[in-house]
Amino acid sequence: MYRETQILNSNTIAPTTARDLAMDEAGAGLVINVGPQHPATHGVLHLVITLEGETIKKIEPHLGYIHRSIEKMCESLSYRQFIYVTSRMDYLSAHINNHGCVLCVEKGLQLEIPPRAQVIRVLMDELTRIASHELWWGAMAMDLGAFTPFFYAFRERETINDIMEETCGTRLTMNYMVPGGVMYDIHPNFQRRVKDFIQLFNSKIDEYDDLVTGNIIFQNRTKGIGVLSREDAISFGCTGPVGRASGVACDIRKLYPYEVYDKVNFDEIIETAGDSYARYLVRIKELRQSVRIIEQLIDNIPEGDFQAKTKAVLKLPKGEFYSRVETARGELGVYIVSEGGTTPYRIKFRSPGFSNLSALDHMSRGCKIGDLMAIMGTLDLVIPDIDR
Amino acid sequence: MFIKEYISDVFKAVSSLLKGMKTTGSYFVRPKEIITQQYPDNRAHMKLPERFRGEVVMIHDENNEHACTGCTACELACPNATIKIITKFDTTPEGKKKKALDTFVYHLELCTMCNLCVEACPTSAIKMAQTFEHSVYDRNRLLKKLNQPGSKLRAGVE
Ligand code: SF4
Ligand code: SF4
Repeated sequence: MYRETQILNSNTIAPTTARDLAMDEAGAGLVINVGPQHPATHGVLHLVITLEGETIKKIEPHLGYIHRSIEKMCESLSYRQFIYVTSRMDYLSAHINNHGCVLCVEKGLQLEIPPRAQVIRVLMDELTRIASHELWWGAMAMDLGAFTPFFYAFRERETINDIMEETCGTRLTMNYMVPGGVMYDIHPNFQRRVKDFIQLFNSKIDEYDDLVTGNIIFQNRTKGIGVLSREDAISFGCTGPVGRASGVACDIRKLYPYEVYDKVNFDEIIETAGDSYARYLVRIKELRQSVRIIEQLIDNIPEGDFQAKTKAVLKLPKGEFYSRVETARGELGVYIVSEGGTTPYRIKFRSPGFSNLSALDHMSRGCKIGDLMAIMGTLDLVIPDIDR
Repeated sequence: MFIKEYISDVFKAVSSLLKGMKTTGSYFVRPKEIITQQYPDNRAHMKLPERFRGEVVMIHDENNEHACTGCTACELACPNATIKIITKFDTTPEGKKKKALDTFVYHLELCTMCNLCVEACPTSAIKMAQTFEHSVYDRNRLLKKLNQPGSKLRAGVE
């Protein structure tokens, strides 16, 4: 009882903020708010930044502006229905989110997936990854003051969206994966259009390099900025391009291969510098690797069913199931606890954005406020993925 | 030494900028590669892929007959309670009572175009349409009745 009153009286609702504000009032720094509505945060992220002069002393992200309690919603949806909601987490790799979920359900049901469906899934995943990296590339260059790349990136991304639209029916939140395979077979034009795209895209990546990678202003603004050491990357749980730029081998496609990833040749891109430029390079090189995967698979889609036979109502046996996939931003973990019913008892998503954001404070301490754009840009944050 | 480095830096910087300008410049003289669409001026010949999910519609044939038996499989499959099936009892010529569809209520404002209802329908009575210009001034106008007035179940569909 005494303790409760003490807590109530001592105003501990936001202890750190309250204390820091007091400290800052004493002249130890300037607190500014970036967001929740700010063009550079690409979503409703609220950063409370403590500055000393122009140097960042501390960053405190405030979350929850786009929290839709997706995990809780999933508990009241059946195993077929909950998949479409997860497109709304990381909407740029909606397809890969769905993939993680169906993998987990299939693990519970112990379903064998037809080879054709496996290859289609991987092809779609890699197209999504390219589309996501393209959007990141354009948006990041725009944050750093280069406007043209944005249009070029969207031009190529549009081609992918058109391919998706033709086969899946939607452009962004394609609910194309179903437990047991994919919703419908690929469109007759799919292979031809993907091949056309790949041919066009190979020359475009070189163009991207000319335009941004080699640009001296860009290099000066990113090299040595926001350095994340290997140890820190591991302890913050950074995955995806952020982790790999710091030298952590964390590509799920290599470590725990799913579907046909163990049968295709591609390199896991690892840089060691850990700065913003390294993160940039990892993503640009990943574009080429994704192209490589697609090139190997596009002519080798096996014949057969695109969906395994499943019951109309899916019931997972009692137990706990976990699956992981590599999204465009890092490792997505899906954890389902089942009580044996038609809906999950509990679902937990381990989203890559959340862990990557947690390293932001550590990375940007001591940097200038202008560098924050480069750091945030190369972290590639998708806010609905962080809040869920 | 310092001066030499400085000059070479400047030279490198300028050349990297020129390289970028070359790319943009090459597009400037090739306006054919511009891909902007002049929507809505191109509405007449704009074509969306046949799988595009715009809204759920019920398929009616020329006799104003549909294939919906009122089994509510789509209602159960929908994650957002977008669909409400209201059934009635028809009397067959033999005098037996038979369940049939009365109204297929569809809340377009709740629909997420996930296609699960279309997949669930055992008689393929519904499909996704390619319409996409759904904005209206009054929310109530998004509430739709999908079976056309006077339509009935096609003979032979169980
Ligand atoms: S498309 Fe999805 S949300 Fe819309 S009515 Fe069908 S099942 Fe419901
Ligand atoms: S549309 Fe299909 S699933 Fe829905 S009630 Fe009619 S027959 Fe059943």
